[in-house]
Amino acid sequence: MIIKCPWCGPRDSSEFVYQGEGGRTRPDQSSTDQSAWNAYVYDRVNTAGDHDEIWQHSGGCRSHLKIIRNTVTHKVLSVVFACDTQDQEKPA
Amino acid sequence: MVDQLSPLQPVLEAGRHPLADHSVGVTLGETQPGSIVQLAAWRGQEGAAVATIRDVTGLALPDGPGSGAFAETKAAFGFAPGKFLVIDQDEGLAAIFAGAVTSETGSVTDLSHGRTAIRVGGPKAQWVLAKFFAVDFSLSAFPLGSGISTVHHDIFAQIQRTGLEQFDLYVFRSFARAFWTSLRHASEEVGYEVQ
Repeated sequence: MIIKCPWCGPRDSSEFVYQGEGGRTRPDQSSTDQSAWNAYVYDRVNTAGDHDEIWQHSGGCRSHLKIIRNTVTHKVLSVVFACDTQDQEKPA
Repeated sequence: MVDQLSPLQPVLEAGRHPLADHSVGVTLGETQPGSIVQLAAWRGQEGAAVATIRDVTGLALPDGPGSGAFAETKAAFGFAPGKFLVIDQDEGLAAIFAGAVTSETGSVTDLSHGRTAIRVGGPKAQWVLAKFFAVDFSLSAFPLGSGISTVHHDIFAQIQRTGLEQFDLYVFRSFARAFWTSLRHASEEVGYEVQ
């Protein structure tokens, strides 16, 4: 599987480390809602298809990346810097 | 300043190890720079870091990921977003940058004692390096002066092209002897000379 890092260009997937499902929202640090924490830590959507993921190019520029990957075909549909998407999602 | 001792010193022996037809495909050596410095710019301060590199070393880095430049005794390239490796054969570069880079621009890390610089050159340099790294070493994908970060198993390597057939590799010094041994083994099939 080849992942096209936005900075380094196309690299073998062995240079990257999977860091889990993207798009999860961490409960407020002071929250005592056990079910919310349980859901955050353990619940996964386990998509068969286009999947929102966070990866790190650990064997390269070390950037964290937001990747859409099809879990059935392993086709990588989009790769962007995770820091850029966080900026976009920040409330105005 | 504390004398720098090479981790390759016990194993680096100059000499030719040619093929049966007396040819050598690659030359291997250690460049032993006095200074290896990492510059990290805060977001939005990348241009200021590039300007500081130009002011201090005289090297003008073009725009774009991995761009770099080199001169006879100095070299610099971007190896990650906002991060640059600057190399000088003379010692003391980190102190100069520490005075030139403000806390508003970024940070300076002296890696002079933490990295070992290995030079691989010759007509088979691309061939030998391609056995280690899953990277396109052709001139069109890896232009003169540019640099990359990559990895050979656990050995993180920063590589700059400093000639049409020449690459400078920067590896962690604790891995350098193991990497050097692997490099010699990988070079046997094309014949090599240690300089």
